[in-house]
Amino acid sequence: MSQYEVTFAGFGGQGIMTAGQLLAYAGIHEGKQVVWIPSYGPEMRGGTAYCTVVVSDSRIGSPIINTPLGLVVFNRPSLEKFAPRVKPGGTIIVNSSLIDITSNRNDVAEILVPANDIAIKAGNVKTVNMIMLGAFVGATEVVSYNTLIELVKEKMGKKKDLLEMNLQVVDEGYHFAKSALRAKVKA
Amino acid sequence: MTRILMKGNEAIAEAAIRAGGVHYFAYPITPQSEVGEYLAKRLPEVGGVFVQAESEVAVGNMLFGAASTGKRVFTSSSSPGVSLMQEAISYMAGAQLPVVIINIMRGGPGLGGILPAQSDYFQSTKGGGHGDYRLLVLAPASVQEAVDLTMLGFHLADKYRNPVLVIGDGMIGQMMEPVEFPDKYDEPALPAKDWAITGAKGRKPLITKSLFLDPYALEQNNIVIHAKYEQMKANEIRFELYKVSAKNRMLIVSYGTMARICQTVIDDLEREGVSIGLLRPISLWPFPEMQIRTEAAKPNIERVLTVEMSMGQMVEDVDKAVQGKKPVDFFGRTGGIVPAPEEVRERILKLLDGKMAK
Amino acid sequence: MNEVKDSATTITFARPQAFSDMVTHYCPGCTHGIIHRLVAETIDELNIRERTVGVAPVGCSVLIYNYFNVDFLESPHGRAPALATGLKRVSPELIVFTYQGDGDLASIGLSEIVHAANRGEKFTTIFVNNAIYGMTGGQMAPTTMPGQVTSTSPYGRNVEEAGWPMRICELLSTLRTPGYIERVAVHTPQNIVRTKKAIRTAFQNQIDRRCFSLIEVLSTCPTNWGLTPCEATNWVQTNMSPYYPLGVFKKPEPRIEV
Repeated sequence: MSQYEVTFAGFGGQGIMTAGQLLAYAGIHEGKQVVWIPSYGPEMRGGTAYCTVVVSDSRIGSPIINTPLGLVVFNRPSLEKFAPRVKPGGTIIVNSSLIDITSNRNDVAEILVPANDIAIKAGNVKTVNMIMLGAFVGATEVVSYNTLIELVKEKMGKKKDLLEMNLQVVDEGYHFAKSALRAKVKA
Repeated sequence: MTRILMKGNEAIAEAAIRAGGVHYFAYPITPQSEVGEYLAKRLPEVGGVFVQAESEVAVGNMLFGAASTGKRVFTSSSSPGVSLMQEAISYMAGAQLPVVIINIMRGGPGLGGILPAQSDYFQSTKGGGHGDYRLLVLAPASVQEAVDLTMLGFHLADKYRNPVLVIGDGMIGQMMEPVEFPDKYDEPALPAKDWAITGAKGRKPLITKSLFLDPYALEQNNIVIHAKYEQMKANEIRFELYKVSAKNRMLIVSYGTMARICQTVIDDLEREGVSIGLLRPISLWPFPEMQIRTEAAKPNIERVLTVEMSMGQMVEDVDKAVQGKKPVDFFGRTGGIVPAPEEVRERILKLLDGKMAK
Repeated sequence: MNEVKDSATTITFARPQAFSDMVTHYCPGCTHGIIHRLVAETIDELNIRERTVGVAPVGCSVLIYNYFNVDFLESPHGRAPALATGLKRVSPELIVFTYQGDGDLASIGLSEIVHAANRGEKFTTIFVNNAIYGMTGGQMAPTTMPGQVTSTSPYGRNVEEAGWPMRICELLSTLRTPGYIERVAVHTPQNIVRTKKAIRTAFQNQIDRRCFSLIEVLSTCPTNWGLTPCEATNWVQTNMSPYYPLGVFKKPEPRIEV
């Protein structure tokens, strides 16, 4: 039985929920079981928005995940809150444009992605969530690169300019994470 | 059929439409407002009726009026709203009208909170309103099951001419899971609705009522509706067994999302060599009492644990089912706090160690 | 009753078809019987008996469904407008009326009637105001007159404490939604004729799918007022009608495209 859980967390408006939903859709594309669950618990207080996605080869039990394997954090309060809970051996994707600290954990793979900088360079700061999602998939391969690209085309194909930008930043995030991981392995 | 990702609240709304439930009356309340928002858009597309009422008191009574026509009518609400509907629910049970009520439960008592809870078990299964009546109560554990049970709910409401309650905790409403809708809703044939109010054309006038001032007539009405409850007990008990085997040391009884959390715990403990089985009631009323009794009586079962998002409600029925043959323990959290798998696991291990024996 | 069979006899006054042949349970001198009959005559005249559905209240007229030859629903206390809303929305071809007393409509069911009127639900309400709770034995109602002695206002209604009697027609006629609102009485033959006309207008509005209609009928309760039937009709004239003026309060405006 193979199951992956990941929490996306940040401020409201950073596209957290959408990123999580896209991953869930990608899981469905690959014939997997998925659950997407939004901020729903006492932790909702305090202004951070988060959602958790479970992707599994078999029937999913608890939709509530307190200790995920993956964490994608868009702001500092989210890192402070969720990083200690990530399972050993897990992965943390940090938006280093907005977060000037790290988790201080040496039992996880932590990848610093300057997502806001990449987004601004690409021309739209709203694409931060797509960069982070691309990076997460690049680091974990929970779903394949091709599935992710197909899904972005399907869900965001209405406006051609926007689609091309999204495809570009997803690809950038994906490869950024891949090379960061390679660098870690070498080091 | 394709699998689409849908939020529980929206999936329930779509399921109702697929089952012909196109007459909806409601009042907004968190955490189920998406049901009404979805239907406000969808029902005009299918020629249905959407009414946002002034209160849940009015909602219940609009359902009463609408259900008397024999058409499929429903509402959705959350705990405090369902409390306000109890008047009409009692009347509809007395007047034998079919209706589907969705309760996406939140924490109470009082205004409580908006987070998930299972604190309306008593209200759902033990009456809620005044008088001698029962509701058929269905409790889904996933978005797909919420779809299936909502559709089934309309059928059962018609079959028994009785209100059906579908209860889910807030998570069922808020989480997204892949769902499939049947292309066509197939259901067994139902008796003709010769009781429906359509105007007294070519027949004697019909009176839909629950008032019987003659005590013998009132008792007779209670005997008639009680006979239906006996039929429900014979035909409509639904439950699921998960990893129940002769190796089990403990039987867990849990419903809704809480049962899925228990399932995760059972999987984890199995890997460590501790065998636990789960009985998940799907119909809360009628309650799988005999099935729990049978499973609990098996010699390998040391204890029975009921896990709920409440201070302990269903555990009373589990206790009754087990009849003192095995110790019945309870674990629960309330207020909107969902017990984590780790907490449940810890409780199980302590109980099996005998540290917390009653 | 002795039946007189005579070929020379022509029937000039018959039981309306919309009536069943039950004897009502109302007290001597109560005007519910008159109002019931006016509704039944109207149903006959408009030829709508086979598609009319009544909604019975809780109060003295709780058993109204026994007296009519039409389909009926029996409502929880005050909720008749909500039941009628449900009925009319899912089966708009039906002609739906609620028949409600002042405790039912103006007290426990105030919210339901105001919102049904404000949504412009296309049904008809017959609102019988006799300034008291009759069925439960003569308690103070929202419509009880200032100083009026009832079993729960033994020193007379104190408006400092209980407020002034509620004028439902005036209250509902402030709503922007089009509707037909009229107050009538049945304490004299002339008024009975006017009431018949008002009830007929209210049902016609519904047949035309025009608007919500409410006809308030000032009624009597000799039993709980402690008066003879004749004294009771005088009491309507001298005490009630000055405070509850008769007339049309609201008419549907010509349709305005918004």
